[in-house]
Amino acid sequence: MKRIKLIIDGKTTEVPENTTLLKAAKTVGIDIPTLCFFELKDMNIENRPGGCRVCVVEVKGRRNLAPACTTVVAEGMEVYTHNIRVLNARRTVLELILSDHPAECLTCAKSGSCELQSMAQQLGVRELPYQGEQSKYRKDTSPAIIRDVDKCIMCRRCEMMCNDVQTVGALSAVNRGFMAVVAPAFEMNLEKSPCTYCGQCVSVCPTGALTEVDHSRNVINALADPVKTVVVQTAPAVRAALGEEFGLMPGTLVTGKMVAALRRLGFDYVFDTDFAADLTIMEEGTELLDRLTRYLKGDKDVKLPILTSCCPGWVNFFEHHFPEMRDIPSTAKSPQQMFGPIAKEYFAKKLGIDRKNMIVVSIMPCLAKKYECQRDEFKVNGDPDVNYSLSTRELAHLIRQSNIDFNALPDEDFDQPLGESTGAAVIFGATGGVIEAACRTAYELYTGKKLEKVDFTELRGLENVRKATIDFDGLPINIGIAHGLGNARKLLEDIRDGKSQFHAIEIMACPGGCIGGGGQPFHHGDSEIIKKRSSAIYREDAGKLIRKSHENPFIQELYREFLGKPCGEKSHHLLHTHYFDKSAGVFVEE
Amino acid sequence: MAKIKLAETKLQELKDVCKSFNYEKGELINVLHKAQGIFGYLPAEVQEVIAKELNVSVAHVYGVVTFYSFFTMQPKGQNPVSICLGTACYVRGAEKVLEEFKRQLNIQVGETTPDGRFSLSCLRCVGACGLAPVVLVGEKVYGRVAPDGVADIIAEYRI
Repeated sequence: MKRIKLIIDGKTTEVPENTTLLKAAKTVGIDIPTLCFFELKDMNIENRPGGCRVCVVEVKGRRNLAPACTTVVAEGMEVYTHNIRVLNARRTVLELILSDHPAECLTCAKSGSCELQSMAQQLGVRELPYQGEQSKYRKDTSPAIIRDVDKCIMCRRCEMMCNDVQTVGALSAVNRGFMAVVAPAFEMNLEKSPCTYCGQCVSVCPTGALTEVDHSRNVINALADPVKTVVVQTAPAVRAALGEEFGLMPGTLVTGKMVAALRRLGFDYVFDTDFAADLTIMEEGTELLDRLTRYLKGDKDVKLPILTSCCPGWVNFFEHHFPEMRDIPSTAKSPQQMFGPIAKEYFAKKLGIDRKNMIVVSIMPCLAKKYECQRDEFKVNGDPDVNYSLSTRELAHLIRQSNIDFNALPDEDFDQPLGESTGAAVIFGATGGVIEAACRTAYELYTGKKLEKVDFTELRGLENVRKATIDFDGLPINIGIAHGLGNARKLLEDIRDGKSQFHAIEIMACPGGCIGGGGQPFHHGDSEIIKKRSSAIYREDAGKLIRKSHENPFIQELYREFLGKPCGEKSHHLLHTHYFDKSAGVFVEE
Repeated sequence: MAKIKLAETKLQELKDVCKSFNYEKGELINVLHKAQGIFGYLPAEVQEVIAKELNVSVAHVYGVVTFYSFFTMQPKGQNPVSICLGTACYVRGAEKVLEEFKRQLNIQVGETTPDGRFSLSCLRCVGACGLAPVVLVGEKVYGRVAPDGVADIIAEYRI
């Protein structure tokens, strides 16, 4: 590739052709501020509409200032990134953006993690010189995500996530000029759109225009209610990211501190969604083997591949976009929703309390979980199996609010019996983890032999779509893995067109899996953070004594005492679900 | 947004248009242009059909429809009123005529009266500058229109 020599702020550098000035500047240690620009390296995720103009620089001989994020290098170019002309222009650009932004940082949910706020600080904006009319738009609250587009700066990151990465197509820029907003079709509410609540738009929104529906108030009230027994479950990916909220290095595992914090918050029982993840493997793994064996025997009614169903964003996706294929995913509920009925129908009975007096709270890296726990099919006489779902970020807020010095907490253990889990469960948090966990159990159940090497490293990684063949003692099992809904779409289209060669496919809606979920601490476009969370997850797995779901003694006890056998009648009733066609009449009512 | 029933023949025509553009996503604007020719406007249902045929999101189609002022989601009235705002008409008081139409019909430019009889739009020069200011109702041209003549024009179509 051709190399281009140029001078940036007096420093000479050489970069490949077509490099942007933004990236070229990084090679000489110059960090040009950006606002609309966004990227997740190694994941094919990039947004550079060149819209905000905060990254403008002066290029010698060019009449206008140039946006560094979209201008490519040229031989002999002389670039100035912080001369007086650039600094003034950059500040004016920001002041103009701020002139149509509500100055309510004191009460804004995004305050402290807002990129617009930190940009105003970085550029030293101390007053708002441009006062005038501000755009006013209604607030839209869906079961998981709040849109407050008055705070939108039209960076288009959410659109890029929703359309290019996730191929969901819920959001688009509509109208023009001052009236322009990012909205669903016909400016309907998000709830009426094909939105999957994956929350990736929230993950990348630089401001408070897109935030999660906050359930912490409800949880605080439940904890204060003496009549209620409040039970909490924590998803695998939370322990690998929560520490970031308290200044710890990304990839720090805080399982023990998280348990201690939850106990201090006043939860009566601190349990683990990982327990339910082991349960999911028992049910989903059994279903996989059943379908596989019948398929191999030539049963024409059996459909393969089987698709995982633990990701609620993914479930929403196929209900909206591929409803005709909704009989292919496993009927197993997600771990969150398996935990609910086990807590309320099994554990509550053990305690001798009515299910109405038990409140189940989940801590999730996810926003779709907020919607999932409100679905009607997961309620008994109006009482939801899982009452409230908090994101990792909301838990961090709750811990801070309650005067808990997180970093000084001792490591504590989960309560029993619903707190015991295996290494197979914890890897649910990373892309490829669910299918690896399923393989560990399915292998032993299918072959009747002991699996010596439990690490299926061929299933790990961050490539968009991964394919691997696992040897089940002579029987090759073809496995597909996709993370990000756009990648999932490719696999689904192959199945629809009869081109799929897979026996089983794992799909996670978020890039990287749950560790990159819409409810996690903001990564601000640093893909290294997602990788470090991933390695933390696998570290936790490697450190576990038991690493196969079916060897979890409390799972075995649960089947002996209560459930009977996997995919049996009781399991079917409590742990399996069905899916709906949500494609019709999304926008326009009959 | 209430659902309206698209006529079967027009719907087929729309699908044929999409086909004639090979269902290319990049032809969205051309397809919308033709669709507006067929239906007179672009109701939500038409946008949904186009989105499905071209395999793009409805939000995207709506985004394009709302970006270009040529596209409209309002059905045209039985008597579309167009006021020329070209240079000649403008300097001879077309804007005052427009204001009078807005006042008397009680609608804004791009809108249609609730009874569906009138819609209001602006255009740039119909090549009859000698008659400025010019107003069109349907195909009929009215020349040298003054604000106090507006009531008479409207009355002609109210019978």
